[in-house]
Amino acid sequence: MSQIQETHGDVSSLVDAAAEADASSRKLSIWERLLQDKSVVIGGSIMAFMVLLSIMAPLLGTMDPSEIDPTYRNKTPGFEKVWTDEDDKEQSWAFRMGTDTLGRDTYSRVIYGTQVSLIVGITVAALSISLGLVIGMFAGYIRWLDGLVMRVMDGLMAIPGILLAIALVSLSSAGLDTVILAITIPEVPRVVRLVRSIVLSIREEPYVEAAISTGTRLHLILYRHVLPNTVAPLIVQGTYIVASAILVEAILSFLGAGIPPEIPTWGNIMAEGRVLFRIFPHNILFPGIFLAITVLAVNMLGDGLRDTLDPRLEKRT
Amino acid sequence: MYSFFIRRVLATIPVLGMVAIFVFFMLRMTPGDPAAVLAGDNGTPQQIEEIRESLGLNEPIPIQLGIYLADILRGDLGQSYFFKRDVTELIGLRVEPTLALASTTLILTILVAVPLGVIAAFRRGTWLDRGVMGFSVLGFSIPIFVLGYILMYVFAMELKMFPVQGYKSIFEGFGPFIHRLVLPSIALSVIYIALIARITRASVLEVLGEDYIRTAYAKGLPRRVVLMKHALRNAAIPIVTVIGIGVALLIGGVVVTESVFNIPGLGRLTVDAVLGRDYPTIQALILVFSFTYVFINLMVDLTYTLLDPRIRY
Repeated sequence: MSQIQETHGDVSSLVDAAAEADASSRKLSIWERLLQDKSVVIGGSIMAFMVLLSIMAPLLGTMDPSEIDPTYRNKTPGFEKVWTDEDDKEQSWAFRMGTDTLGRDTYSRVIYGTQVSLIVGITVAALSISLGLVIGMFAGYIRWLDGLVMRVMDGLMAIPGILLAIALVSLSSAGLDTVILAITIPEVPRVVRLVRSIVLSIREEPYVEAAISTGTRLHLILYRHVLPNTVAPLIVQGTYIVASAILVEAILSFLGAGIPPEIPTWGNIMAEGRVLFRIFPHNILFPGIFLAITVLAVNMLGDGLRDTLDPRLEKRT
Repeated sequence: MYSFFIRRVLATIPVLGMVAIFVFFMLRMTPGDPAAVLAGDNGTPQQIEEIRESLGLNEPIPIQLGIYLADILRGDLGQSYFFKRDVTELIGLRVEPTLALASTTLILTILVAVPLGVIAAFRRGTWLDRGVMGFSVLGFSIPIFVLGYILMYVFAMELKMFPVQGYKSIFEGFGPFIHRLVLPSIALSVIYIALIARITRASVLEVLGEDYIRTAYAKGLPRRVVLMKHALRNAAIPIVTVIGIGVALLIGGVVVTESVFNIPGLGRLTVDAVLGRDYPTIQALILVFSFTYVFINLMVDLTYTLLDPRIRY
């Protein structure tokens, strides 16, 4: 009996050892690998912070970002506004980041500006990825369509992105939707190219040939075999698009060709601050720092995602 | 080789044609009647009709497209709504500052980025490498206008080393010309340096893993020779390609930099045209910038064959 137990113990310890060896040689799960990547962790945390900031904007000691107060124009950061309310009580409000030429609180405008930047970045990425995915899959799969679509995409890519976006905005009245569309269009060809190149390489794979020869319908092949292969590269590409869209939106607003000036966006605050930059640099510096940190965080996240999810991407694009 | 040259040149025609067609339809999509705008506020219906006739606006769309393409080939890019003069002429007047800014930026970029990338590759994994890579990520993320204003604040306003804004033509003397271009060129080159340094590093690293590099070391060649003759020359193609592709960044950056530093070039003209809804000028500038971009990349591709005799298409 004891012998049996002993052998049993032996076997189980053997199994344990084997499992352990298996575990250490087993590839880490995607989440574990992502958490081990410094860029992902740092970039992701800053982004999470920014998202939190934009959601909680009304609770962060802000005031109405478009409230104009002519008596407190062009105040430097830290200036305190003191007044007495109806109950003869003394009230005070500190302009943490000063005010602009119309007396609006820069701190509130910067915090609310986070919302616009994130909405633009994420919407542009989602739109251009979906459009690019559909166009790219069909272009890569339907041969007669390929030539035509790619000529159009080549033409679009020959126009420098910011220039195309500026020109598109000038075609219609400026608004959030126009700006999002104008930033999306120049991004689409890059996604199409990426998706098409993946489709072209996937359709040479034996399992796709097998699916074709057994008579699988086109939409099923695209859905079951091609689509899953585009996920990792598109997540990475999408992250980079978020960064570039936030940047382009700020540039458009800064040049005065973007979202209407009364909406607080980082670009608009800076455009406003340009006139008196020499005396009051804070209206450019504060939104500028927020913009740079956000874009940096998204780019770091993108680099980290690329390294962990799709190491070949750098060469592919 | 010649057949490759010819094929490569011919391949740009459909791209340029596509750009022209886009621009044409953008012009047609614009709100308002161009003839009425050109005739001015006091234009009589008869004048407007005459302008419509002379612009060919009464023809069907395909014929208008034909006329438009023929006009482009003749160098006629239409009339500015705002300046009431030929856009071609207008662009001619504004091209010098932009060319000056772009050239100084390009030179600065290559002088800084290529050595940085090579050093990073050679000292892979050291703090130097990490520093260059960190700078590269940072450079991609700092918006040109934020950087421009920071440079302006520190070096022009606080230290008073450079003029704050403005431009002086090279014909008014080289000193004042370059003095005013220093800050704009630095602001504009940072993103470009980030891009080129990164590609240079990746490209050199790849070459350093090749057998012929080991052979070169094995036969006792000094590091410098291995680097210059074997590594850099073979790593050059991706670098030159990205310098070409990066021109798109440069063009986008010119628009912003010229606005920040108040330089009266094509970038400023673009912004002014957009703000003033001067559609013929906007369209013409898109054509000029895109054609320049395509042309530079054509040159880059043709340079390949000179850099690497192995390439035969």
